[in-house]
Amino acid sequence: MINTTAIYVLWLREMKRFLRTKSRVIGSLTIPIFFLAFLGLGFHNMSVPGIEKGVDYIHFLVPGIIGMSMLSTSTFAGISVLWDREFGFLKEVMVAPVNRISIVIGRLVGGTTTSVLQGTLILAISILMGFKIVNISAFFLSIAFMLLISSTFIGLGLIFASKMRDIHGFSLIMNFVIFPLFFLSGALFPLGNLPVWIRYISYLDPLTYGVDGLRGVLIGFSSFSILFDFTVLIGFSAVMIVLGAYFFEKSESV
Amino acid sequence: MVEIEVEVKNLTKKFNGFTAVDNISFKVKKGEIFGLLGPNGAGKTTTINMLSTLLNPTSGYARVSGYDIVKERENVRRSIGIVFQEPALDNKLTGKENLEFHAMMYGMSKEERKRRINEVLELVELSDKANVLVENYSGGMKRRLEIARGLIHKPKVLFLDEPTLGLDVQTRRRIWDYIKKLNKESNITIILTTHYMEEADYLCNRIAIIDHGKIIAMNTSKRLKDKLGGDVITFEIEEKADELMDIISKLKFVKSVKKHDNKLTITVEQGEKRIPKLIRMAQKNCIDIKSVTLHKPSLEDVFLHFTGKTIREKEASQKDRIMEFGRRRFRR
Repeated sequence: MINTTAIYVLWLREMKRFLRTKSRVIGSLTIPIFFLAFLGLGFHNMSVPGIEKGVDYIHFLVPGIIGMSMLSTSTFAGISVLWDREFGFLKEVMVAPVNRISIVIGRLVGGTTTSVLQGTLILAISILMGFKIVNISAFFLSIAFMLLISSTFIGLGLIFASKMRDIHGFSLIMNFVIFPLFFLSGALFPLGNLPVWIRYISYLDPLTYGVDGLRGVLIGFSSFSILFDFTVLIGFSAVMIVLGAYFFEKSESV
Repeated sequence: MVEIEVEVKNLTKKFNGFTAVDNISFKVKKGEIFGLLGPNGAGKTTTINMLSTLLNPTSGYARVSGYDIVKERENVRRSIGIVFQEPALDNKLTGKENLEFHAMMYGMSKEERKRRINEVLELVELSDKANVLVENYSGGMKRRLEIARGLIHKPKVLFLDEPTLGLDVQTRRRIWDYIKKLNKESNITIILTTHYMEEADYLCNRIAIIDHGKIIAMNTSKRLKDKLGGDVITFEIEEKADELMDIISKLKFVKSVKKHDNKLTITVEQGEKRIPKLIRMAQKNCIDIKSVTLHKPSLEDVFLHFTGKTIREKEASQKDRIMEFGRRRFRR
């Protein structure tokens, strides 16, 4: 049923495009790095309520910024189906004798690879900027979290791509989905500082558990246990992938 | 016995109450080049999209290579190749990589892929541009690459949706020649849509004229033209025109003769075969003919005959119709 060759070739195409559109990669890295540099340096040595004494703000910030990068690159990887529709390539994919599940998996694998690569790059850059991770196994655990965050939001992107007819709704998604999810996730500040009702909303945001899990893994500081974050994220990603695949299957390709 | 490769029966597609394809039926024989001729918006692309499984019909059914287009989609997909109206290439990949992608999606083995890709690249004369990114290709090169791609997996039926739209005259000619060559060499069945009269005339064994989603005439180009009543022969004569008119009008094969100043216009079928006899008759009666012209009806005349408008006028009014439809929808 699952067509591994098709998945491989869809992944391969994603890799080639990724390596050939350097401007896109650089573009998607600059915002997180600006955030890291300016917020990290600007709030350096400042004590933020809710952050343990001795934890520098930049240490608190790095997992949040990795989460932010995963959120945007993954959602857009899912939405990129729209680009394929706009440029006609989607028809070439859809008319091939390959079932829809394999096409969705191919996208998912391609999208997670590029997103996790970018997340890892940001982690590497922050280490150069003075960020310290607890140990080497933390690095691998963080990649596991990145994979889960990424697949969750690729699923979300696929849902949007299936519901939108063209790429004009793009800025709406940026303003009304990406930014709220980012701010609600506690990427920039501890969620404990928020009023209770907003905190409850933030518990519905998958990125909350992603950022918290990354923080737990990378700096050993988190609101929930790492295992709890991990389990919740697995649930979210499973639901999102199934929904994304469902809507993609339903949508018409012409 | 002729094998039927594509069978379409009462196929209909509606979009929100707008009927794009209205109850069409036709059969295409194996190895035939079949043309859907009609103005933009007539329903040609929608028909192709249904036959290639990209759209589900609202009602009716169709079989491609023996497979039902709704119930046996994957088998249909395996049997067909398609060149879409709009380019469907990945610009960030090279020509060869686009072909490689396609061949792998169709599950071809490594050696087969290598062999076929080289073959089709050679066929469309793009071997030397194989490793160039598609974004640097010209429009004609992209089209040729797409035709090559549609052929890699040796489809039984090839769909070409406006294969030469927007191309210059030379490129169009070359693509026509590829299509003919291909059809001849591999006996592949081809269904193409076009709104170019010359294209349908030059390429297609049979033509279905489609307008407002309906097939209004279907036959070989020649028969369609014959239906118009025949060719028009014009004789220019200095004197004794009336005498010749009398003689000619008595001939059985002549449908009508009219005199206009010093010219006789004679309507006959297969004009080129009748001219020698007509001239002999004139000579026998010592009537001097100064010049002869023969006008054979074109597909344009056929289209005019069946729809009451030329295809150009049709396209103008079609645009109005679509805009009107859009306005109505907006108002609601």
